[in-house]
Amino acid sequence: MPTLKTGGRFKSAVCAGEIMVVAASGDDVELTCGGVAMVEAGADAPAGAEVHPDHAVGIAMGKRYITADETLEVLCVKAGDGSLAVNGDLLLQKDTKQLPKTD
Amino acid sequence: MNVMMLLEMASGAFPDRPAFTDGERGLTYTYGELFEAARLRAGSIQAQGASRMAKLDVSNLGTPLGLFASAWAGVPYVPLNYRLTNEEIAALLKRVTPAYLVTSSDRVAAFGALDDVHAVATDAFLDAQQNQIPIEDEWGMDPDEVAVLLFTSGTTGEPKAAVLRHKHLVSYILTSVEFASAPEADASLVCVPPYHIAGIAAIMSSVYSGRHVIQLPNFSAERWIELAQQHNVTTAFVVPTMLARIVETLEARGATDAGMPHLNSLAYGGGKMPLSVIEKAMTLFPDTDFSNAYGLTETSSTICVLGPDAHREAVASTTDAGRRRLVSVGQALPGVEIEIRDDDGNVLGAGERGEIYVRGEQVSGEYEGKGSVVDAQGWFPTRDAGSMDEEGYLFLEGRADDVIVRGGENLSPGEIEDVLLTHPAVADAAVFGVPDEQWGEAVAAAVVAKPGASIDRQALKDLVHDQLRSSRVPAHMEVWDELPYNETGKLLRRVVKASVIEGL
Repeated sequence: MPTLKTGGRFKSAVCAGEIMVVAASGDDVELTCGGVAMVEAGADAPAGAEVHPDHAVGIAMGKRYITADETLEVLCVKAGDGSLAVNGDLLLQKDTKQLPKTD
Repeated sequence: MNVMMLLEMASGAFPDRPAFTDGERGLTYTYGELFEAARLRAGSIQAQGASRMAKLDVSNLGTPLGLFASAWAGVPYVPLNYRLTNEEIAALLKRVTPAYLVTSSDRVAAFGALDDVHAVATDAFLDAQQNQIPIEDEWGMDPDEVAVLLFTSGTTGEPKAAVLRHKHLVSYILTSVEFASAPEADASLVCVPPYHIAGIAAIMSSVYSGRHVIQLPNFSAERWIELAQQHNVTTAFVVPTMLARIVETLEARGATDAGMPHLNSLAYGGGKMPLSVIEKAMTLFPDTDFSNAYGLTETSSTICVLGPDAHREAVASTTDAGRRRLVSVGQALPGVEIEIRDDDGNVLGAGERGEIYVRGEQVSGEYEGKGSVVDAQGWFPTRDAGSMDEEGYLFLEGRADDVIVRGGENLSPGEIEDVLLTHPAVADAAVFGVPDEQWGEAVAAAVVAKPGASIDRQALKDLVHDQLRSSRVPAHMEVWDELPYNETGKLLRRVVKASVIEGL
């Protein structure tokens, strides 16, 4: 898959999920959703792939997901059934601290 | 990365929710309608070959539409101050051509006559039957594209255009707002000017949280109270002078309670909040959470917040230090770092006064044509003076340029003003330095008496002497009828200073 760059958008090959890259180290990594490599938002997804049962928790719209070493952070812009992973390791959900409303 | 993505997510998740209502005209966009309107207007902006979209009008549905349509078209959005003179506006417009200008119908002819300005009336911009050129392209996702150019109101020289890129604005929203977190019944009353960073931030954070915005184009306390009750407003942001007017109006009506149990949160910022105003407001709005926000145009809005719990603790505190927290602007947001430095760049400790520096993803610190003033480590010098206590609560002390240097000693005007304001006869006070042969600068003050009270200059000097030190005692003191403020409630200390120096 192409290098992950901040602002890049990718969609799942196995579900409706879509993400945007919020921060990336620039290293070549393979980002998967449902266990299958994600594809660029405008590209066609390979047919026939399915969500791997170990990668099936799903992603929720508006949630941010990070790798354990925090070198990659993505934002889910469309919810999906597949979970995100890099090199086989599942991404973790990052919490937004609840702040007082100021604007 | 593009602010359009925030609207895309909102319109995808809740297309039929009301997004913006013009409080004066009564027109409403749902999230789905706003998204579709942005698609059509983006094409119109692109078809004109504009390099910028300028908006010169009060808050209305064209405000959020302008921001998102220009983001989709890939051109910076430039909201202009409609209170400037025609000459000043023309000078700013010339700096952003070729421009697609949306303005009130009475100004279309005058500004449309300028070279490379395509002027469209707001009504035509909002008319679904006009400007129907759906954009073919996706919006750009380059995080370094410029989203907004905001002219900052310099008191001297020509205004600087602060550059805010999509990465700054999106980063501010993602770290401070939870997507779709607003309950469906939430409504936010927005009365800050559309050309102010707080106006831009209000659009984006409301959209991302899914909140319904009620726009109040021309602030008056009566209208604010009326709209807040009519729309069961749950959240609002005001500048200190607005809150002072709201409190005065409620008091004049003999109210002991504002009667707004629906108002969950009331945030304020943009200038120094007098202690008496916030204390009265907390009594009049007993069910409301108060927050104080501090931020700058160059930092994509809020960087520090004093939250509701800190407000209540300060009011209940029995110590002076505890109560002082009420005039603090709170602690840094997640992802934002703050340092206080002296003139040589050394980082200062708790309680020491210096210049406020800030670092974080949302910090731009860049001006068009002038480049970035952020240092190699990412720190932006705010030119605001302040100090932080042991727990990271930030206290503002005015602009760094306002610091009075008397005989080599740095004096903070804010500290002296705070003492003057504790005197029962004083309604308002401005402290500043004036040239002095012996000391380099001498402390001067302009004070305003409360109605019916008279100012005893010696009593005020004695008060400063007793509370602070002899070096802080004003050598000159004038009594003014009122002090000048800008429209977001910042004391125009330089204006007072210039006038006083002229009379010396």
